[in-house]
Amino acid sequence: MNLCQSPIAMTTETRWHDICPIEELQDDLGLCALLDDAPVAVFRPGGQDRIFAIGNIDPFSRASVLSRGITGDLKGRLVVASPVYKQHFDLATGDCVEDATVSVPVYPVRISGNILQVGTNN
Amino acid sequence: MDKLRLVVVGNGMVGQRLLANLVAADLHNKWSITVLAEEGRYAYDRVHLSEFFSGKSADELALTDDEFFAASGIDIKLGEPAQTIDRLARTVTSASGATYAYDKLVLATGSYPFVPPVPGNDRAACLVYRTIDDLEQIYAAGRDSRRGVVVGGGLLGLEAANALKQMGLETHVVEFAPRLMAIQVDEAGGAVLRQKIEALGVSVHTSRNTTEIVDGTEHRHAMRFADGASLEADLIVFSAGIRPRDDIARACGLGIGQRGGICIDDHCRTSDEDIYAIGECALWNGRIYGLVAPGYQMAEVVVSHLRGGDATFTGADMSTKLKLLGVDVASIGDAQGATPGALSWAYRNEADGIYKRIIVSSDRKHLLGAVLIGDAEDYGTLLQYSLNAIELPPHPDDLILPQRGESSAKGLGVDALPDSAQICSCNNVCKGQLIAAVDEGAMTLGDLKKATRAATTCGGCTVLVGQILNRELEKRGVEVSRDICEHFPFTRQDLYLIVRAEKIQSFDDLIARHGRGRGCDICKPAVASILASCWNDNVLAPSHAKLQDTNDRYLANMQKNGTYSVVPRVPGGEITPEKLIVLGEVARKYSLYTKITGGQRVDLFGARLEHLPDIWRELIDAGFESGHAYAKALRTVKSCVGSTWCRYGVQDSVSMAIKLENRYKGLRSPHKTKMAVSGCTRECAEAQSKDVGVIATEKGWNLYVCGNGGMKPRHADLLASDLDDDTLVRYIDRFFMFYIRTADRLQRTSTWMDNLEGGLEYLKDVIINDRLGICAELENEMLAVIDTYQCEWRVAVENEERMKHFRNYVNASTPDKTIRFVEERGQVRPARPEEDAVTP
Repeated sequence: MNLCQSPIAMTTETRWHDICPIEELQDDLGLCALLDDAPVAVFRPGGQDRIFAIGNIDPFSRASVLSRGITGDLKGRLVVASPVYKQHFDLATGDCVEDATVSVPVYPVRISGNILQVGTNN
Repeated sequence: MDKLRLVVVGNGMVGQRLLANLVAADLHNKWSITVLAEEGRYAYDRVHLSEFFSGKSADELALTDDEFFAASGIDIKLGEPAQTIDRLARTVTSASGATYAYDKLVLATGSYPFVPPVPGNDRAACLVYRTIDDLEQIYAAGRDSRRGVVVGGGLLGLEAANALKQMGLETHVVEFAPRLMAIQVDEAGGAVLRQKIEALGVSVHTSRNTTEIVDGTEHRHAMRFADGASLEADLIVFSAGIRPRDDIARACGLGIGQRGGICIDDHCRTSDEDIYAIGECALWNGRIYGLVAPGYQMAEVVVSHLRGGDATFTGADMSTKLKLLGVDVASIGDAQGATPGALSWAYRNEADGIYKRIIVSSDRKHLLGAVLIGDAEDYGTLLQYSLNAIELPPHPDDLILPQRGESSAKGLGVDALPDSAQICSCNNVCKGQLIAAVDEGAMTLGDLKKATRAATTCGGCTVLVGQILNRELEKRGVEVSRDICEHFPFTRQDLYLIVRAEKIQSFDDLIARHGRGRGCDICKPAVASILASCWNDNVLAPSHAKLQDTNDRYLANMQKNGTYSVVPRVPGGEITPEKLIVLGEVARKYSLYTKITGGQRVDLFGARLEHLPDIWRELIDAGFESGHAYAKALRTVKSCVGSTWCRYGVQDSVSMAIKLENRYKGLRSPHKTKMAVSGCTRECAEAQSKDVGVIATEKGWNLYVCGNGGMKPRHADLLASDLDDDTLVRYIDRFFMFYIRTADRLQRTSTWMDNLEGGLEYLKDVIINDRLGICAELENEMLAVIDTYQCEWRVAVENEERMKHFRNYVNASTPDKTIRFVEERGQVRPARPEEDAVTP
């Protein structure tokens, strides 16, 4: 599985956090993990080799829920729909499709052994 | 160069429209504009004034705001009424003594309510109905009143009566003429209107000439009539017509009509060519126009004239359609049939309180006028016949006779209208202007309203504007796509038929065979619902879980802070004390906010995701099942207590409700559905507001379908009467499955039926007479769903793998800190961002 297409720069200071055994992440069913104090949503869109991690907090409702949204594609962009007010967020960039001024953070992802890891830059 | 000075006297609806038109024509940059307004507030919507009593605020009625005046540079002086005009000096002096010079002056002073000159008309709590200040006084006086009387049975009088009724007063209408709305409606129409209004609890007294108002014995006032009768009241509202406010025009020597009104020519100029008059203060050709639409036309004429244009006012159509006290009333053209040689046709239905009459030219070719009471649906079509002199069909009465069964629709196709046809009379928009707006890119009703102002005042033409829009889009080959989303070139109904026909069991299979891409939050839940309606697999089965909206995915309703609410099923609303105690204990243990729902259940709010399995284990142990409040599915069957306890009940509505709820519980459908069963015609279960309503009769059950509450409430229609238990259930089976088979995504049963060609009659034919020959199939499909019912929560808690999805964090067990509560009235609620949270 080629996981290192992540657009996020990985610096030498990237800290990697263990999330879960890779088999626990099912296609199109997001999971939420806690990185220090930040909730992060992790997705593997079905049929894709890529895993994506974005901030879990929906900027519109401020609820920590994006991992519970439905994934899919809109005009070729991989997205997740917020379960609260249904805005879509680009999994690769974190940008909100409906409102260009809003975005959520994105995080690098890798697999170490069979453990899924998400990185934070300090 | 100094700007020319324009002074406008009055800021009512017409005065404000003038300002808006001046700005639209860019004249605010060429003129220095000053407005003198008597009232202390900006122009507001007087047409919808009575909505003040149904809760609309003065702000909501406002037609303009600070921003308009700031942006346009128009100087408005509120609470500064004009008092005198010096035509030689060309100045206006206000009540405060300030003087305003003008080059051109527009009088838009409006009218004042006519108060009959009877002794006692100035007593306390004898009021008029014209301004928001008047309404506030009526409201204040109404609070210590029991009985209110409106003097005047015309259009404004009935509006005022509606206001009194909404305040909860015993309401009477006193009219001098022998019938209500004597100007707009003929004698028979007036009688039907009276009958309808009296049925609403408003007493009507006609042919009553008030001679004096004195102290009452039971109430504050006693009104004495010329015929010796009398009527007592606590509050009297005069609404007996309007008179033009022409006093300042009169004082400065402008031409005034014999019975009042400032005389104007076709350019709306008074006898002084620098002074215009518009609206209800103006008298054109011996006539005052007491409606807003002609006033708007005059405002346009003045703006045109100021720009050197040659628009003229040449009279206006006084046709009108209103809802008075909830009764539809419409009047078109020569409503009284006064044209020599005119013929008329009338339809009178006393049972339903409907009266319709058309007045036709002696050669039977043209419509001259019409009166519609109780049902004004034909107004738009009739008005177009009248305004555009369209030749009538060979049997003009076809236009007003009720259409039954499958006879063709009588509506005039919009293509038959000429481009000059006036569609919106409030804003004087013709069909040609709508077409031009479509040419310039308007694609939706909203675009069209913005571009032309059509349908933005009374809204009476909205349907017609919509039809013209659709027809024009169609002509331009703009296809309004009904595809569900970018992933499937199909409608929901198409997908349903494909899933059934090809026995497709999963979304992945369906999109591989018939779609493209990966799906989205529109098609995934829609297909999940179709799969559940057809095969009733568990919604959290591995291939289905990823399709579900968050509510279905976690079998609970997500709230704004990311917590969930839990609603166990309580069939028919019947619950034992033991179960009630369990609900209370569970709520207390998990700190849940509890509220009783409209569907006779208990909703437990504020559950954290990770607590849902434990909460449900406890509920299941006590005998509860999933209530499917999270699903687009059959939610509840509400019931009244029925013949078991109630003195009036004729059938056991609770047993029937429980039976029906257990039969259809969890049935997934295009939209959520609700049912109710009432034990007698008193209808305490409000079954007529449900998708399926059952009302007991002496002989069995009446079945109502396609009602709903919510944003756009709609009463259900009677599908069949006096059914026995088995037939009732069979019809409901067929109804639901036919709806599931043919409705659009998120389409409620009411809109579904409205869009079925043939509507209710067609539905009856399909469900009762098996017109399509599919009833056996529909019943079998329903049986398959019923036979495979499982409580989704019971299945979930028994499955360890599935329980893993209810972890909040996959790598931590700390509680979610973004969820914060505060206490209110002894329970928790989500904390607002600025509030400090408590930890429950």
